[in-house]
Amino acid sequence: MTGAGMNGAGSASGSGASVTLSNLEKTYDRANAAKAVDGVSLDIRSGEFLTMLGPSGSGKTTTLMMIAGFETPTAGDIAIDGKSVVAMPPYRRNIGMVFQNYALFPHLTVEENVGFPLKQRGVPKAERAKLVAEALELVHLPGYGARYPRQLSGGQQQRVAVARAVVFKPRLLLMDEPLGALDKQLRENLQLEMRRLHADLGITFIYVTHDQEEALTMSDRIAVMNDGKVAQVGSPEDLYDRPDNRFVAGFIGESNFLPAIVRGLEDDVVIAECEGTLIRALCPGRPTSGEKVTLTTRPERLRFTDGAWSGTTPQNRLSVTVTEAVFAGERCRYMLQAGDGTSIVLKEPSSTAIRRRAVGERAEIAWSVADTILV
Amino acid sequence: MRLAQILPGTVVGLILFFLAFPIVVVAIASFSSATYLTFPPPAFGLRWYEAYFSNPDWLKPTWVSIWVASAVVVLATFLGTLAALGIARLPRGLRIFAAGLILSPLIVPGIVVAIGIYYAYSRYGLVGTPIAMVLAHTCLAVPFVVTSVTASLSGIDPRLEQAALSLGATPGATFFQVTLPLIQPGVLVGALFAFITSFDELIVALFISGTGAVTLPRRMWDDLRFQIDPTIAAVSTLTIVLTAALMGAAHLLRKRAEQNRMATSSAAP
Repeated sequence: MTGAGMNGAGSASGSGASVTLSNLEKTYDRANAAKAVDGVSLDIRSGEFLTMLGPSGSGKTTTLMMIAGFETPTAGDIAIDGKSVVAMPPYRRNIGMVFQNYALFPHLTVEENVGFPLKQRGVPKAERAKLVAEALELVHLPGYGARYPRQLSGGQQQRVAVARAVVFKPRLLLMDEPLGALDKQLRENLQLEMRRLHADLGITFIYVTHDQEEALTMSDRIAVMNDGKVAQVGSPEDLYDRPDNRFVAGFIGESNFLPAIVRGLEDDVVIAECEGTLIRALCPGRPTSGEKVTLTTRPERLRFTDGAWSGTTPQNRLSVTVTEAVFAGERCRYMLQAGDGTSIVLKEPSSTAIRRRAVGERAEIAWSVADTILV
Repeated sequence: MRLAQILPGTVVGLILFFLAFPIVVVAIASFSSATYLTFPPPAFGLRWYEAYFSNPDWLKPTWVSIWVASAVVVLATFLGTLAALGIARLPRGLRIFAAGLILSPLIVPGIVVAIGIYYAYSRYGLVGTPIAMVLAHTCLAVPFVVTSVTASLSGIDPRLEQAALSLGATPGATFFQVTLPLIQPGVLVGALFAFITSFDELIVALFISGTGAVTLPRRMWDDLRFQIDPTIAAVSTLTIVLTAALMGAAHLLRKRAEQNRMATSSAAP
């Protein structure tokens, strides 16, 4: 591809663009308005699949819109491949973008929609047709060129939107909740397809979603956003196993929160008292003795032991009473109460080999110290 | 059948009859063979249509009306579309003010507008010129274009323009390749209304058409004041047919635009 404006941002190598956000801020000019984006700094590596995950109003879409060029940052900088793009209009940034409601042009056919970015770049008609056909092939929609968007299903429309966003070979693709309007089954299929597409194209993806499962399934790294700030950045495993703070622990997956008081320190392990029992937890900081803290642990990492623990790692134990028992197909979910009222959720596989617990039964649970985090 | 069942139909029928009766009478009278305007006509014929099409006193104002209305269509559509696009981008408070200002010719009584225009134009010696008619009718037609284009604009997903920009289209290319095609039905409907507004307009014409720019409605008015000739019935019927055809076209355009919108929005909730 040789069009003049084809490589607005960065060089024409096959790899993806790197994106650097430095102290990015956005305030809408209403009096006393909170910052929509408040000091976001992120280094997005070349070829990475990065997801910005957060509840609505967390600033993830505003950040994406600033990268695309539709919003101007109040402060801070956006650099693509080391070059600031803040002053560059969106049509010169050469970034592909997929919108939540597809934003296909209703008056143009699929072929004309996908060919639109090529037409803007002065690609000759014959080459355009070839590239459009390739792009439609890429999203498994060959032969749909002559149809209008309204003649396609939601999933098909989204594929066309993806084809249109990558046909001009951008090195960065932005996606704003692209699967939000689709049903669950279709969403799961398209999630896998997005991953495949990312591997095939080798370009950088920045993906915005509020769906944590989607983020965990697809991303190389996730930036969890809350109140305009980045709450934590890391791989899906990092975020799930070692959440930095209570927000991340609660937003990604399900977590138990145990109130405790620090009693001592042992290397990088903190010993804290919860409901009269000493619990060990991983702790990045140095809390002082007597400090009130919260420990977190995942429901599926807890086990009923009745004294026998098969694990080899250091463990925590707690005596509990079963207050609720729910059979949910593949899993059994128990609501437990420890001591004076700390509620704990425990999930275990619903094997017939495991004895079910009854409501009111007293039991002991245990879990690995490595699965206990002070947040 | 019970009264409750017949009553609504009867009432609607009476209303429709009441509305359509004058039109029907005029249309029937226009095919009269009589020398005077009588109803019902003693026999039918096309002599009054012949009279219209062979009389330069009627044809000349007809052409004046067509030319004025055509010029109004071009001017009002251009200005009205630009105004609608601009208004849509204004902050809310200013938007309401600007829209109110542009729509004011619809609210202010026609006679007041006509007097105002007469005073303003006579100062510049415009009264009695076709230019005066075009300018005055453009003022009256612009609100229709603005209303209809604004309605089209409000139905467009703002993300379509963002999508175009993200795909490398300059703001100019975005307008001509995305926005304009999407608001096209609204622009066309506005243009049709602009034509009808000018073509049917009498009050302003009475004040400023003078002797140099006599339009068809003005000629009909003059004719009625001095004689009652069935030619006027023929002219009226032709005017009604033209207006109805244009209104029908506008309706079809609107319906098509609506169907397009529904088709895209239902697929993309």
